Amino acid sequence: MRPEQQGVEVAVLVSVGCHPITGRARRADQDARGLELALGLERQLPGSRVSLLHAGPRGEESEAALRGYLGMGLESLTLLEQAEGSDAIPALAEHLAAAPPQLVITGARAERGEGSGLLPYALAERLGWPLVNGLAAVETIENGVATLLQALPRGQRRRLKVRLPAIVSVDGAAPVARQSAFGPARRAELEATSVPAEPDRELAEWQLAPARKRPKRLKIVKAASARDRFKAAAAKAEGGGGQVLTDVTPEQGAEAIFKLLQEEGVLR
Amino acid sequence: MLETLLPILIFSALGLAVIGAWRRVRLWRQGRPSPVPLLKGLAAMPRRYLVDLHHVVERDKVMSNTHVATAGGFVAAAVLMILVHGLGLGSSEGLGGVLGWALLAASACMFVGSLFVARRRRHPPARLSKGPWMRLPKSLMAFSLGVFLITLPTVGVLPEDFGSWILALALAAVVVWGLGEMVFGMTWGGPMKHAFAGALHLAFHRRPERFGGGRSTGLKALDLDDPEAKLGVETPSDFTWNQLLGFDACVQCGRCEAVCPAFAAGQPLNPKKLIQDMVVGLAGGSDAAYAGSPYPGKPVGEHHGNPHGPIVAREGEALVDAETLWSCTTCRACVEECPMMIEHVDAIVDMRRFLTLEHGNTPNKGAEVLDNLIATDNPGGFDPGARLHWAADLDLPMMAERGEAEVLLWLGDGAYDMRNQRTLRALVKVLRAAEVDFAVLGNEERDSGDVARRLGDEATFQSLARRNIATLAKYRFRHIVTCDPHSFHVLGNEYGELGGHYAVQHHSTFIAELYDAGRLAFKPWKGGRVTYHDPCYLGRYNGEFEAPRRVLAALGIQVAEMERSGFRSRCCGGGGGAPITDIPGKQRIPDMRMNDVEATGAELVAVGCPQCTAMLEGVVDAGAEVRDIAELVADALTEAPQATGETVRPQAVEVV
Repeated sequence: MRPEQQGVEVAVLVSVGCHPITGRARRADQDARGLELALGLERQLPGSRVSLLHAGPRGEESEAALRGYLGMGLESLTLLEQAEGSDAIPALAEHLAAAPPQLVITGARAERGEGSGLLPYALAERLGWPLVNGLAAVETIENGVATLLQALPRGQRRRLKVRLPAIVSVDGAAPVARQSAFGPARRAELEATSVPAEPDRELAEWQLAPARKRPKRLKIVKAASARDRFKAAAAKAEGGGGQVLTDVTPEQGAEAIFKLLQEEGVLR
Repeated sequence: MLETLLPILIFSALGLAVIGAWRRVRLWRQGRPSPVPLLKGLAAMPRRYLVDLHHVVERDKVMSNTHVATAGGFVAAAVLMILVHGLGLGSSEGLGGVLGWALLAASACMFVGSLFVARRRRHPPARLSKGPWMRLPKSLMAFSLGVFLITLPTVGVLPEDFGSWILALALAAVVVWGLGEMVFGMTWGGPMKHAFAGALHLAFHRRPERFGGGRSTGLKALDLDDPEAKLGVETPSDFTWNQLLGFDACVQCGRCEAVCPAFAAGQPLNPKKLIQDMVVGLAGGSDAAYAGSPYPGKPVGEHHGNPHGPIVAREGEALVDAETLWSCTTCRACVEECPMMIEHVDAIVDMRRFLTLEHGNTPNKGAEVLDNLIATDNPGGFDPGARLHWAADLDLPMMAERGEAEVLLWLGDGAYDMRNQRTLRALVKVLRAAEVDFAVLGNEERDSGDVARRLGDEATFQSLARRNIATLAKYRFRHIVTCDPHSFHVLGNEYGELGGHYAVQHHSTFIAELYDAGRLAFKPWKGGRVTYHDPCYLGRYNGEFEAPRRVLAALGIQVAEMERSGFRSRCCGGGGGAPITDIPGKQRIPDMRMNDVEATGAELVAVGCPQCTAMLEGVVDAGAEVRDIAELVADALTEAPQATGETVRPQAVEVV
């Protein structure tokens, strides 16, 4: 007999994105993928409920971007209204702790602001929930345990079981977000509540500059024949001088990393 | 006996027809309101019917004459029949039997017409609908013959009591059949419905500008002000009432089907079936009774709908499948060909608007293109700051620096396309050779919104249009010249509704003017045979058929015309976002067009549209080269003869 699958409460944390070329506000790609995953879950598990959560200032530009998520087929979004430059983590943590959903989905990294990708980790730490990153799919949710498929590099997948509530973050491995429809987007509601704003002191001290393209190591292929060139192109990038360290003390590990960074010229 | 029977028959048929008309009108009135001058429309209707509609029908001479004889005979016979047999005026002394003789002539004329209808129905072409339409010639004959025979005694050719009562009864039966089809059937649904609905459709047409030789091709703007309003057409009742009336006027002649590029390519679209599906939707029911060619690959009888039910289902089947709507290239060939002046493209875009704006369901690359347009103002998602990279060495005069110019050169999104950049460079060379005072918007230019609008995203179209209009308002120029007919159409015909009124010219028109003014001189043409492909958005949408041919003639090229050219030009497959939605068919539209080109034996096909260039150049193993008119002109440029000697240009002088 199949164990009964019950609907779950899913909260999707969404941010205001930033188009990589023009810098215009938009729905962030990874967050939208997270919402797509949640909507897929809603379909898969009847009775599930998806809610949208955003913490940040309310403005014309950010509202248009947030409505981009609503156009994917939701009726409302909870907006924790904060002043510009406030720390979103305490507000989100408080809101989630007050009425805990079973699953929190978020993009791996914001497209503006710090974009450090630390938010899911900080949130998980505060709430004391498990975190799974790089989610590709939610397979089943049974008796409060979710079976997840985590994406690893080169298309590999790892199946994990995690007890809910949990936080999962999605990146480019999650399904592509559906089109956002203009009509539903503008009809949907932004339920704004003011929350105490805690200024992000660290961010205030930062200096922001436009990103530069990082230098990329060229793969030098010395191949005599087409066959060799093809093999080189299709082959996995070999780590070469890498080594696998097992059963080492944290100090030994740190030392090995430090040595590698020095060799690579990252630290001088 | 017939004298007593006939008035009863005639007036009961008329009475039933009035009831049917009332019911039909109620069906149309389910649609949204649309303000139309009713009396003015009705007054204009005879002229629209006799002149404008006849012009379209006349393209097929035999059918045109057949229709004149049958319809003219019928209208005259029907009116006279009411007078003669209904009101008994046939034997009145005052008129001296003139009415009776006139009725004989009218019914005889109709009978001759119906013989031609019958001949056509013996081996009907595939585009004609069968089913009830096959009985129409018989019904026409029944009516005309019946009326003719019952009138013979009236004028005294036959004695009043000719024949037995059996003969009279048989005659009455024939008359009943004729009246049933021609009068009762006209409003209760049947082949003759086209006459009733068609006449009113002409009177209350949504684009009255089309009559009297005018042109009205710009899509109508969607009102986006009310956030609660449903956007686009979800159910048949979301069309305006006169659109519904227009659908009901369809005579199922299939001329649209015969010219539709998507139908020919085996994509699941048939304009005639689409209109008939809308009729099914407005009356409610299934399409099982449809007796014409189906949508390629889609069997008839599986779709059904009602006036307030969805046209396209989110899942499963409703009235029409979404891919049918996305197959259209908006080439307007069907609209051009329709003798009833039905607006297929308007209806398709109305339904697409709902799919995009409310369902968020633009197929294939549609969503990506729309996202790009929103984020980068061009469909390819390129950097808006890179719009002029192709002209880095040309030192183009910028509007932002100049403030005014005689000509504003609108580049279009072809500025990002390496193939179109060659055309643009050629055009700049031509403008410079003619010493035209021109400037470009450069990075201030955005996509005109053509693709967004035709993919149904009216919101993005209006956003782009309003920003472009604001940019254009900053500068002074006499007119806009563009080598992109899509931008031409949108700027010239669709920005007006949003407050932007511009004089726009296609580059071929402008080059023709420059040549006529003696500002350009060309070397004689040395190449081979050349044909010209009319872009839909230049020709059918804007009526410019002559200028490109004049330019080619000025180059010394004798155009070997394709069978389908001018207003009947076949689409390249690049319009209406069709390459983006990319609905599969049995063959590709540009391949068919290239076959048309090759049939003329041409080595080169001249085009005037970046989309057409891209589509036709995408044909594998093509027999003809594709060149834009601007490129041909630029290659043929030579020093204008009168320019030498007269003007002394400042030159650098060597100082010793």
